[in-house]
Amino acid sequence: MNDYFSYLHDNAGTIGGLLRAHTYLSVVPVVLGLLIALPLGAIADTKRWLMTPLLATAGALYSLPSLALLLLLPIILGTQILDSVNLIIALTIYTVALLLRGVIDGLGSVPDHVKLAAVGLGYSPLRRLFAVDLPIAVPVVTAGVRVATVANVSLVSVGSIIGLNGLGELFTRGFQTNDYNMIVTGIVLSVLLAFTLDAIIVTAQRLLTPWARAAAGAGR
Amino acid sequence: MIGEAVGWPVVASSNYDIANKFRDYVTDPANWHGPDGVPTRIFEHLEYTVLAVAIASAIALPLGLLIGHTGRAAFVAINIGNAARAIPTMGLLVLAVTWRGLGLTPVLIALVALAIPPILTATYAGIQAVEPATVNAARGMGLNERQVLQLVEIPIALPLVLSGIRSATVQVVATATIAAYVALGGLGRLLIDGLSVRDYGKMTFGALLVALVAIGADVFFALIIRYCTSPGLTGRPTNRMSPIPDPAQPVGAASAA
Repeated sequence: MNDYFSYLHDNAGTIGGLLRAHTYLSVVPVVLGLLIALPLGAIADTKRWLMTPLLATAGALYSLPSLALLLLLPIILGTQILDSVNLIIALTIYTVALLLRGVIDGLGSVPDHVKLAAVGLGYSPLRRLFAVDLPIAVPVVTAGVRVATVANVSLVSVGSIIGLNGLGELFTRGFQTNDYNMIVTGIVLSVLLAFTLDAIIVTAQRLLTPWARAAAGAGR
Repeated sequence: MIGEAVGWPVVASSNYDIANKFRDYVTDPANWHGPDGVPTRIFEHLEYTVLAVAIASAIALPLGLLIGHTGRAAFVAINIGNAARAIPTMGLLVLAVTWRGLGLTPVLIALVALAIPPILTATYAGIQAVEPATVNAARGMGLNERQVLQLVEIPIALPLVLSGIRSATVQVVATATIAAYVALGGLGRLLIDGLSVRDYGKMTFGALLVALVAIGADVFFALIIRYCTSPGLTGRPTNRMSPIPDPAQPVGAASAA
């Protein structure tokens, strides 16, 4: 155990750098994915015929294996194979595929009388979307964001097979040098990162839906 | 180059190269035979997938049924299931290899750990979602707990349970590629070996095959779900079920039509 702590102490700088890179590579795709999935879902909510093809495409994209996508993207995009852009694009694709159903279900869960009330109050379609539909959809969308974030944290490690930065480097180097300390540190830090990001998302959801807390309080 | 003249990144020539290399790889008969051949790799990949999903189902299905039926320990089990999703498969794989040495066991440990959470969560959620009124009606008709589970809860939950196994399988197909990283076979070999010698034709073909196997598994389960869903849930007519006679029609008229 002492061994382990001296390992952590000696390598704190390197490990910190890998953790930062890992966080960046897991979070950016979630933000990009949300920015793409929200408008797509909103369009599908109004143009119903788009829903089936969009969801079918999302399903097909989600079944693309990550390692395969990581190797194919540079060929399609003409980027360098070690460019972290490939990983960000690959994870963004998964995030969009995962979030789209949540956004569509979430917007679909807004009761008709609520929509009509907003229209009756003179809300334009766009204002209704931002002020009424999206806030009501927050819990369903957040559920998708949580799954996507945790999945991304795990998937970033796969990038280390082709030499990308991140906590996965502790796995590849630990494997090559038979170093338990490195591998265990990598696993513990990725799980902690996933939990931390999850806690942040849950907190954000609480802040975004104050009425849910008010209702729970009234129920008690 | 036209690309240079208009300031586009010059990728056209390399893409052309890759198309050539892809064709070279696919048309070379040597790549289709023997222990390194493509058919062997596909078979190995399916072998890892089927083994991992079968072991994961053997663990997660009974557990999910038990938790869903009794409602006990649900909170603990679901949280452990979700926490397990956060464990990076890659890390678990190299840890298992460092612990057990190279071979099939560490790969299966990593893949089984990946497949358990979706199956467990879906099974639990499927059983949990069965209407309490339906379960009570079954009990009222004199079914014992085992029969309630077998004849009522499982058939109703089946589509959701199967969709859990479906997403577990697709994930395992995608992730089984990392078996090649620890010197095992499977389609990951084409990716990893291709990468190490920069054979983009081999890599592309490998990536394409994994994607096809994943989509194939997805479609396979979509069909299973369609045909295994109880007709009572979908309203799909079957031979076993005679059409409900219309009370307004005399019996003779209905059979004549």
